[in-house]
Amino acid sequence: MKKLWRYLPALPALMLSGCTVDLLQPRGPVAEMNRDVMVAEFVIMMLVVVPTCAATLYFAWKYRASNKEAEYLPTWDHSTAIEYVIWGVPAILIALLGAISWWSTHAYDPYRPLQTADNVKPLNVQVVSLDWKWMFIYPDLGIATINQLDVPTNTPLNFQITSDTVMTSFFIPRLGSMIYSMPGEQTQLHLLASESGDYLGEASQFSGRGFSDMKFRTLAMDPAQFNDWVEKVKSGSENLDDTTYPKYAAPQEAAPVQYFAHVQPDLFDGIVAKYNNGMMVDKKTGKVMHMQSASNAAPSDTGMKE
Amino acid sequence: MLGKLSFSAIPLDVPILVGTFLGVAVIGLAVLGAVTYYGKWGYLWRDWLTTVDHKRLAVMYIILAIVMLFRGFADAIMMRTQLALAYKGNPGYLPPHHYDQVFSAHGTIMIFFMAMAFMTGLMNLVVPLQIGARDVAFPFLNSLSFYMTLVGALLINISLFIGEFAQCGWLVYPPLSEMQFSPGVGVDYYIWAVQISGVGTLLTGVNFFTTIVKMRAPGMGWMQMPVFTWTAFCTTVLIMVSFPVLTVTLALLSLDRYLGMHFFTNDAGGNVMLYLSMIWTWGHPEVYILVIPAFGVFSEVTATFSQKPLFGYKTMVYATCSIMVLSFVVWVHHFFTMGAGANVNTFFGIMTMIIAVPTGVKIFNWLFTMYKGRVEFTAPMHWTLGFMITFSIGGMTGVMMAMPAADWILHNSLFLIAHFHNVIIGGVYFGYIAGMGFWFPKAFGFKLNEAWGKRAFWCWFVGFYLAFIPLYVLGLEGMTRRMNHYDNPDWYPWMLVAEVGAIVIALGIVCQLTQLYVSIRDRNLPENLDLTGDPWNGRTLEWSISSPPPAYNFAVIPDIHGLDTFHTEKQLGLKAHGKPLAPIHMPKNTSAGVFIGLFSFILGFASIWYIWWLAAIGLIGIVATMILRSANRDVDYYVPVSEIEHNEEVYSRRIAAAQAAE
Repeated sequence: MKKLWRYLPALPALMLSGCTVDLLQPRGPVAEMNRDVMVAEFVIMMLVVVPTCAATLYFAWKYRASNKEAEYLPTWDHSTAIEYVIWGVPAILIALLGAISWWSTHAYDPYRPLQTADNVKPLNVQVVSLDWKWMFIYPDLGIATINQLDVPTNTPLNFQITSDTVMTSFFIPRLGSMIYSMPGEQTQLHLLASESGDYLGEASQFSGRGFSDMKFRTLAMDPAQFNDWVEKVKSGSENLDDTTYPKYAAPQEAAPVQYFAHVQPDLFDGIVAKYNNGMMVDKKTGKVMHMQSASNAAPSDTGMKE
Repeated sequence: MLGKLSFSAIPLDVPILVGTFLGVAVIGLAVLGAVTYYGKWGYLWRDWLTTVDHKRLAVMYIILAIVMLFRGFADAIMMRTQLALAYKGNPGYLPPHHYDQVFSAHGTIMIFFMAMAFMTGLMNLVVPLQIGARDVAFPFLNSLSFYMTLVGALLINISLFIGEFAQCGWLVYPPLSEMQFSPGVGVDYYIWAVQISGVGTLLTGVNFFTTIVKMRAPGMGWMQMPVFTWTAFCTTVLIMVSFPVLTVTLALLSLDRYLGMHFFTNDAGGNVMLYLSMIWTWGHPEVYILVIPAFGVFSEVTATFSQKPLFGYKTMVYATCSIMVLSFVVWVHHFFTMGAGANVNTFFGIMTMIIAVPTGVKIFNWLFTMYKGRVEFTAPMHWTLGFMITFSIGGMTGVMMAMPAADWILHNSLFLIAHFHNVIIGGVYFGYIAGMGFWFPKAFGFKLNEAWGKRAFWCWFVGFYLAFIPLYVLGLEGMTRRMNHYDNPDWYPWMLVAEVGAIVIALGIVCQLTQLYVSIRDRNLPENLDLTGDPWNGRTLEWSISSPPPAYNFAVIPDIHGLDTFHTEKQLGLKAHGKPLAPIHMPKNTSAGVFIGLFSFILGFASIWYIWWLAAIGLIGIVATMILRSANRDVDYYVPVSEIEHNEEVYSRRIAAAQAAE
């Protein structure tokens, strides 16, 4: 038994070995920044937290009532020098953290497109959160999937995100930042996978009964493999358009992976427009479009004519 | 006739709920039976249920808080057990429909009915005594506030056995909480429970704000106010500014649900983010409403048990006030992942971090209060030391998430859950329990058992780390909150550790109950009795009167000459006043609060189930009771000098007995 105790301190390390700590093992520049910022903050604050906790224990012990050796100043309650230190030190640290905050929030704003050194053409992916599954539309390739996101490595990924049900959040921990998906809104997220791999993707905002199974695999692969995969999907027969969309969008728990060989070009815009009286703003051009073919599940007349 | 209500609303098919119902019924009948058997109904009605005495209301608030702690903790350990089981294809024992209600109820109950009730209880007990007042500014409103809180708690617990509770989290985010996605009565239970108790909280805020502004003893300027009273003051300001926002937000959600409007719906111009923005405009100040009074408790406890004045009283006041103001300009940090622009995110990120400065200053102030003091390791001091360490860690993870770039990966993860339990258990709960141990003798005239108090502390302290450090790790491993089952093998061992932690915390609660039992059993032992009214060699006015104090608190209102006047005079050996006694004007007890509470309950319950005729009765009953109460002129009385003299004499004899025993 005594021997076992000796190994106790090593227990956390043992539990972590062989585990994937997603947020500490990034696979893309965004996630690396997220991690670095987080770790930097942790280290900076430890500079205060550790001495504070140590001083708490030390003072409590040293000035315990039974220790008559220790000095006792029963009326001492003020010291300007100490006041300067206890306001000054936290203020300096927070100024430092504030600077990091300013830099990182601007430099890695999820809305800011990424660029690679060799200017690889970005891949556009439109993401639709459904009950309780994820639909990924590749508008430039004319294909779509459910609950599986295949992406080429070292290629900027431009996500355009909306929801056709309640709001939730689109998150691939090992690639970095998450962004909400909201009905009638289009949010944006820019990520990049620097290594091939099979990464967990999830909904990180509770969205109802089937939430726990609202997961998808993110398969990052080298561009050649990705092109093969696109060809494979294109050789299928399933179509995603106004007529088939309602069937696939219907609530479903633990939905299986599905591929669609053809996608109606304006499907995503229609999904956004359906919550906006059939209007949709093209975020790139700022042009307002009227979606004639907004997904046929459009709500009844809302009485809010432009 | 009965709206949506029918027999099928009673969940007879869920064994856990049937068992719980039987348990509650047996305990309830036993209590009612005991009251009847000992013939205590009259006493209970006259001296407790209809009381307007702030000290008795305080006791009732804290009993409510402790009962709600059991309920909230039962939910917690059910969730931990579900996640310790529901791994790799095992569905666990709580299907999503039930599990989603459990986590929604856990948060709602712990915040609104455990923490808020406990905080209000402590404020009730201590504030009037610390400022030398005979009661609060509006004693009847105080009783009404209590019943509003109680009715909210009753509604939320009735949802266990009739119908269902909300399944969309403790802040019922739309559109999930809209009719389209939550057609059941669960969200309506949430809305009515929180709205009714919210009225009570708002009234408490107004009441204590007025009390502190207007009823301080002569000579007590703002900078002579005890620190706990300062923190209570800041909390009442926060309550008055933020609770109306909550009321409006939930009222808009009710309009969506009941009248088909479109404030937060998906279509017709509704906007979900409007709800998030509004609810957090209340929600962030709310966490400071809870924690600021806890800071006040720690200040009193540290100074008293270090046998020294608080270090940097003025700094403490400024720090508290700056936290109060800053808490209103940080709410967007609850949704950095919305897709707001970089400037907006940076602003709210930096504002949030700035709060760490005054909070850090407070920690250092307590640290230097101990410095060159004589620290007595009583149970309240244990909770305080545990707090200083735990809260420093929780504050650190909070600042980590205040950085938008880090929050983009930590948002909604178990890391977040670990963070806010870190500050709410380590800050709020530890503080309230320290306060309960500290002021218990004032309320009841005997001390709580020290040994069981310390055991409770160690169980909570160790249990907390066992339960929540794994959640930090799980957050880093990418696990999000509110999951019902999972199949990631990396997560499983940590979930088991967290379950062990929850069990250790359960032991802590058992120790606390044992502490109460043992203390009441041994209350008459000489070492437990508080004959002098000043068991800890206290510094503030509440220790200058007998324990428990008479209904009117102070026979003569003391004159204040500075901070800690009572302690200074004690040191100088100055004996009390010498002012002549005069009849004391006091409020009479009233049953109006009970009846308004009863009719509010009827209104709430009927509205949840769409029983409109009954709701009308409830509403008419509330208005009628208010009119009757307003028309009643017989609301006060005078305590005759003879009775005051008698009480004072008894108190002097007790002090003499205590001195003789030394």
